[in-house]
Amino acid sequence: MLLSSLGEKKMKYWRKPLDADKVKVPHGTVRIVKDRCKGCGFCVEYCPRNVLEISDEFNVKGYHPPYVKNEEDCVNCGLCELICPEFAIYSILEEELEEKDEQ
Amino acid sequence: MNEKHPMDYLLREDRIPHIWCPGCGIGSSVSCFIMALEESGLDLKKVAVVSGIGCTGRVAGYVKLDSFHTTHGRAIPFATGLALANPDLKVIVYSGDGDLIAIGGNHFIHAARRNVNMTVICINNFLYAMTGGQVGPTTPLFAKASTSPYGNFEQPFNLVHLAAASGAVYVARWTALHLRRLTKAMVEAFKKKGFSFIEVISPCPTSYARRNRLGDGLAQMKFYHDNSIIRHGADPKDTDIGFQTKIVVGKFIDKERPDHYTFMTQELEKVTGGKK
Ligand SMILES: Cc1ncc(C[n+]2csc(CCOP(=O)(O)OP(=O)(O)O)c2C)c(N)n1
Ligand code: SF4
Ligand code: SF4
Ligand code: SF4
Ligand SMILES: [Mg+2]
Repeated sequence: MLLSSLGEKKMKYWRKPLDADKVKVPHGTVRIVKDRCKGCGFCVEYCPRNVLEISDEFNVKGYHPPYVKNEEDCVNCGLCELICPEFAIYSILEEELEEKDEQ
Repeated sequence: MNEKHPMDYLLREDRIPHIWCPGCGIGSSVSCFIMALEESGLDLKKVAVVSGIGCTGRVAGYVKLDSFHTTHGRAIPFATGLALANPDLKVIVYSGDGDLIAIGGNHFIHAARRNVNMTVICINNFLYAMTGGQVGPTTPLFAKASTSPYGNFEQPFNLVHLAAASGAVYVARWTALHLRRLTKAMVEAFKKKGFSFIEVISPCPTSYARRNRLGDGLAQMKFYHDNSIIRHGADPKDTDIGFQTKIVVGKFIDKERPDHYTFMTQELEKVTGGKK
């Protein structure tokens, strides 16, 4: 209920399905401004595609920033950008990949 | 730190990183705020942000807009002056529950009563976070604060009920986790003429959660996820927040009523026939 509403913003980039069993899914590239991160874990927890993971690396402030674990799964929903309290992460629309609708 | 972020254009970058603790929800609400400003299509030259004092009060100092960091409790009277002198300005008050509802409580109810043209965004973290977590008029019954170590035994205000009863034309409550809905509420509130109010329930791991053993910011976000009930149009009197009880969120009020400035000038003109 809640999660489905979290990442609607970039839905305007979504195209209508071309036919019944295929949809166009946008693909994003994640950018992390590592030294701004305070390691809260919000982005990691709420990314709907499980793209992110906390790294072992330390940033300048001594926090562990996230890293991109599954870049190919990012759908450019923009949730990480919105939930990050530090303005430290965002995604860019990369390309649209055709994907089987799993539903 | 030369790497850029898409929201930087509305941030005073020289002040980032901000002072907010890891896992604090204020920053997430500001992301929503920046997104809402963008989506609303408002002329950013005609937007002013006014804050009082507190952790939330820092917002005015981080956004690259005409912004005013006023004294404790006085964001609304300052904003009232701005709104009356500049009827075309979109005035947005962004402050904490203590600032707006304790020391600033009278200003809050009277600005809503008069329907002064402004949007008030209140980050409710249930206490005075900045000064060490003292109990305040929003602290839930039985919650611990630094000045209520055995628990709070005073009935808190329900802010959406207070705003609605005082006459606000738009009243909503979301948590810092309801990112899209909060953003949408902000856009709606910005478009409203008159007094609009959004309460944002927000994690404060350092002052509120620590004392009440609620874990970190993420644990509080998870609590919101599991315990928020969306009930648009609910009667605000039925939306009290208890200590770790369910949180009713949604848009509760969206109505029309002439705003203070418009009504005053219009009625005055009737009486004076336009003579000054
Ligand atoms: C006149 C005056 N009284 C008291 C204070 C001390 N003071 C600073 S911030 C604050 C409370 C802030 O609480 P809130 O508005 O909820 O903001 P938060 O820090 O929780 O975001 C108080 C009492 C002050 N700065 N000025
Ligand atoms: S934009 Fe962010 S939250 Fe959305 S899928 Fe990509 S990494 Fe996850
Ligand atoms: S949400 Fe932001 S601050 Fe928190 S872990 Fe992710 S990048 Fe870091
Ligand atoms: S004390 Fe609480 S409200 Fe203030 S910055 Fe820290 S977590 Fe946020
Ligand atoms: Mg507070």
